[in-house]
Amino acid sequence: MRSTLKLAVPFAVAALALGACGTKGGDTTPAAGASGGAAKVCDQKIGMFGALTGPNANLGIYIQNGVNLALDDYNAKHADCKVTLENYDSQGDPTQAPALAKKAIDDKKVVGLVGPAFSGESKAADPLFNEAGMVAITPSATATTLSTNGWKTFFRVLGNDATQGPAAAKYIKDTLKSTKPFVIDDATEYGKGLADTVRQDLGASVVGTDTIQTKQTDFSATVTKVTASGADAVFFGGYSPEAAPMIKQLRDAGFKGTYVVADGVKDASYLKNAGSAAEGTIITCPCVPPDVAPEFQTAYKAKFKEDPNTYSGEGYDAATILLDGIGEGKDRKSMLDYVKSFDKKGVTKQLKFDDKGESSEIKVFAYKVENGKIVSIGEIK
Amino acid sequence: MSTSTAQTRKPRLDFKDRVAGLPKPVKIVLWALFAVFLFALPLLNIPFITTEDSDFGGVLFTVATYVLVALGLNIVVGYAGLLDLGYVGFYAIGAYVVGVLSSAHASLPWLVAVPIAIVVAMISGVILGAPTLRVRGDYLAIVTLGFGEIVRLTLVNSQWLGGARGITDIPRPPGIELFEVPSLDWSNGTPVVDLDNTTTFLKFGIGDFVPYYWLALVIIVLVLVFDILVKNSRVGRAWEATREDEDAAELMGVPTFRFKLLAFSLGAAIGGLSGALFAGKAGFISPDSFQLLLSILFIAAVVVGGAGNRVGVILGAIVVSYFPERFREFADFRVLVFGLALMVLAIFRPQGILPPGRTRRVKRADEREQVLEEGLPDA
Amino acid sequence: MQFLIDNFAALTITGLAIGAVYALIALGYTFVYGVLRLINFAHSEVFMYGSFAAVWVVMILGGNVSGSTGQVIFWVAMMFVAAMLMSGFVAVVIERVAYRPLRKRNAPPLIALISAIGASFVLSEAMGLREKIARWFGLDDTLRDYVSNSRNNVPLPTIIKPQGVFNLFGYEVTNVDIFVIVGAIAMMIVLDQFVSRSRLGRGIRAVAMDPEAAALMGVNRDRVIRVTFLVGGVMAGAAAVFYLLKIGITRYDVGFILGVKAFTAAVLGGIGNLRGALLGGFVLGLAENYGSAIVGTQWKDVVSFLLLIVILLFRPTGLLGESLGKARA
Repeated sequence: MRSTLKLAVPFAVAALALGACGTKGGDTTPAAGASGGAAKVCDQKIGMFGALTGPNANLGIYIQNGVNLALDDYNAKHADCKVTLENYDSQGDPTQAPALAKKAIDDKKVVGLVGPAFSGESKAADPLFNEAGMVAITPSATATTLSTNGWKTFFRVLGNDATQGPAAAKYIKDTLKSTKPFVIDDATEYGKGLADTVRQDLGASVVGTDTIQTKQTDFSATVTKVTASGADAVFFGGYSPEAAPMIKQLRDAGFKGTYVVADGVKDASYLKNAGSAAEGTIITCPCVPPDVAPEFQTAYKAKFKEDPNTYSGEGYDAATILLDGIGEGKDRKSMLDYVKSFDKKGVTKQLKFDDKGESSEIKVFAYKVENGKIVSIGEIK
Repeated sequence: MSTSTAQTRKPRLDFKDRVAGLPKPVKIVLWALFAVFLFALPLLNIPFITTEDSDFGGVLFTVATYVLVALGLNIVVGYAGLLDLGYVGFYAIGAYVVGVLSSAHASLPWLVAVPIAIVVAMISGVILGAPTLRVRGDYLAIVTLGFGEIVRLTLVNSQWLGGARGITDIPRPPGIELFEVPSLDWSNGTPVVDLDNTTTFLKFGIGDFVPYYWLALVIIVLVLVFDILVKNSRVGRAWEATREDEDAAELMGVPTFRFKLLAFSLGAAIGGLSGALFAGKAGFISPDSFQLLLSILFIAAVVVGGAGNRVGVILGAIVVSYFPERFREFADFRVLVFGLALMVLAIFRPQGILPPGRTRRVKRADEREQVLEEGLPDA
Repeated sequence: MQFLIDNFAALTITGLAIGAVYALIALGYTFVYGVLRLINFAHSEVFMYGSFAAVWVVMILGGNVSGSTGQVIFWVAMMFVAAMLMSGFVAVVIERVAYRPLRKRNAPPLIALISAIGASFVLSEAMGLREKIARWFGLDDTLRDYVSNSRNNVPLPTIIKPQGVFNLFGYEVTNVDIFVIVGAIAMMIVLDQFVSRSRLGRGIRAVAMDPEAAALMGVNRDRVIRVTFLVGGVMAGAAAVFYLLKIGITRYDVGFILGVKAFTAAVLGGIGNLRGALLGGFVLGLAENYGSAIVGTQWKDVVSFLLLIVILLFRPTGLLGESLGKARA
């Protein structure tokens, strides 16, 4: 009996405590709902949604750096009313994404989000943002289907796979004048999407195709296929961890043609990992070359001691859109219309969205690896 | 050492015995209170327990899925003693059957797809188990590991299953909107009933995970009842005999292979059920959600908690799924920490946090025997 | 199918080269299994640590593509030394930390497997998190080149440029291919001689055949087991060097798939059997290449996993039968 008492007492206390305290909310209008803009609300936040730890963290951190830079700029101008960054570290895992999205939505101070960074987590989290009316501007998720779900709150500050694929195909056909292109993908949504478009656009001239897997390191079977086909150009839709050893092994086997890849490979680790084999690689990217925005590049280098990396500029732009809105007194609700009608020049492009949330001005640029550096060789028109 | 602990323990009843000694009505009331507490947990928002960086309802749902998976895997690993390193395969099969039948290639309602998912997972368990359960235990571990990867690679490379894109628009479980349940707000240090933040009973929507958690709790209870019934039946005793000494069991007329296969496929069925539940809540599945790492976390849950003890594995599942969410700042280190935990447990407490009851009995019998054989250690 | 016939030579040579790596890793599984009847799940990380040691030593020595022949030989020799030392060391540590305490209390094999899985995850994650770990000690700036981007690929600076040596039915066989295949076979012969001729080798075979009888004959079992892990580790270190020369990169998680494949190779040849490991490695490397030529490269890993399942079902003792003790019988 003694033990029953022991257990029962806390329950009774808890019940009393609950009874004693009052309630909150109910029929009154929520305090944070006042829209318009005159009343200055400080202490607001923007969110950063993406992989910040775990195996996929690199990309998320590049974006986060860009976001932080935008935040510094804003807070320097608005020292009396600073905005802070709230991180939602999904580890790139669609399973974790919905609960994090809910957390962001429940935090009434979060006005809008940069992210989600990957396409998979976007599919898991964007429906929640859409329902809650919270703006989510992705700086990096390029799956074509994301903009066709009718999500009102989805925006993308870069081109999707459907804009880059045709440009890459065009480059291979018109500039390289390749007659025997070979197309490889990595079976990811990004890589396969791209490669399928390229394959389609190149049509009958494609001499062979192959699919590899992420995390693969030995490409001997693929290399044999490429060399046996006599290809004069290889397009690879995928990311740098596979692109680097692949070109190294291709060159080792005597492949002489041009290696064409897309923005997933445009980072410093590709150069480092492929070494001299990277020379001459053509990289397509729907991103404006850094020399277009020199101030951004210098500021970035001053803060992070390295050149801006993949999607840093897009992260900066996405954050700037939200921060401009906050500067004009927008809250979560009015932010949506603000972003829809946004039209300013960013560091990567003119920032303007069409009715699906896609960037309206998408230019695809070609880059080339020369003397261990990625240099721009102009727009693909 | 053995005798001294036995002596000190004697006057003190352990928790289990004390609970067992309570009068029946008190027990029922306590169980009911406990159940109410569990159901209300995501709404109570108790400080410290509630996760800071992720939605608590969503985290609790994840915890509940892990508990369900751990209960299923416990039948395979704990009861039958088969180390299955590819359990995520069955979880994926369950989720994908629901995805394919309700969204990708047909539009069955979720409730109809779930039983099919369970059956398909069970059949795949039989198909994998029938040939492989004859191989040695450690071989089985590697074979199942390969199976898990085969399932994942097939999902990635098969366009019919959506490839890496996965399957979207999976329908939610059916619900009825009856009434609103308010939650508690602790922001001022004391609990205040927050009428702004309510959960609709019972609406399976996009932005509220609490109803899914409730659904998962109900399924867990059902699986637990099933688990208890099976474990206490002839089947459960056959598993025990097989695990302890397969040859002896075979000699005593237990068709060990058939019982192992039964355990394997029952485990697979529960894995499939968990996957189906996950698919219904997520609405979107892709191969990314079924990484091999999950298999290892599932095994960690069972082994850490105490393979063979259902309370233990529930505890283990909570440890494995809740702590990384609660302490997200260390999320990068979670695999490292689980690796360490597996090693430390294997060395110092191979039976897990809560060893199964029978093992404890066996241990006590062994100790007695040892005392009889060798005399008291300190004598 | 036509593709397989047309490129038979290329697929065969590259298959043999990667198969040689599988074979050398497989030795570690075979050795430990032969003596302890346990699968050393953490053996894949032994390989991974060796590969990092090899890369780092070339970085420290400033190896590059324009080295003279003498320099290249020195660098490669140092890679072997570093990788073998590191792998041997890690293997012995695994034995000491994850296995010996269990052996002392006669734990069942499944518990040993779980302990090894734990060790495997600790080792690979520690490598994957080396940047953060270095930061704890304030070393991340000093060691920047070695720890930064610790989840990314780490490349081996190019020191040998692959060059065609002779043409085999249309395929230019390169110096690296030859070095890897011949080197691996040479290693195997040395090891085979060690096991059959040396005193320690006899000890290993004795313990593998009958641990109790061996103990009665005065063989120190703990010492034999330590040597077993050490030798398996050293071979994995050699495999790491061959792997790097052929593939060119390593990563914290590179061990897992290779480990499963090497284990498949060991089982294929007959686990516990040294020559079986060699045969199994080559057969698996070829099967993978031929298989992916027929059904598509994306199914390459599926081919080897299926092969493993099929072997375990129909010939669980492997091609050459198991038994380290009978390796020379």
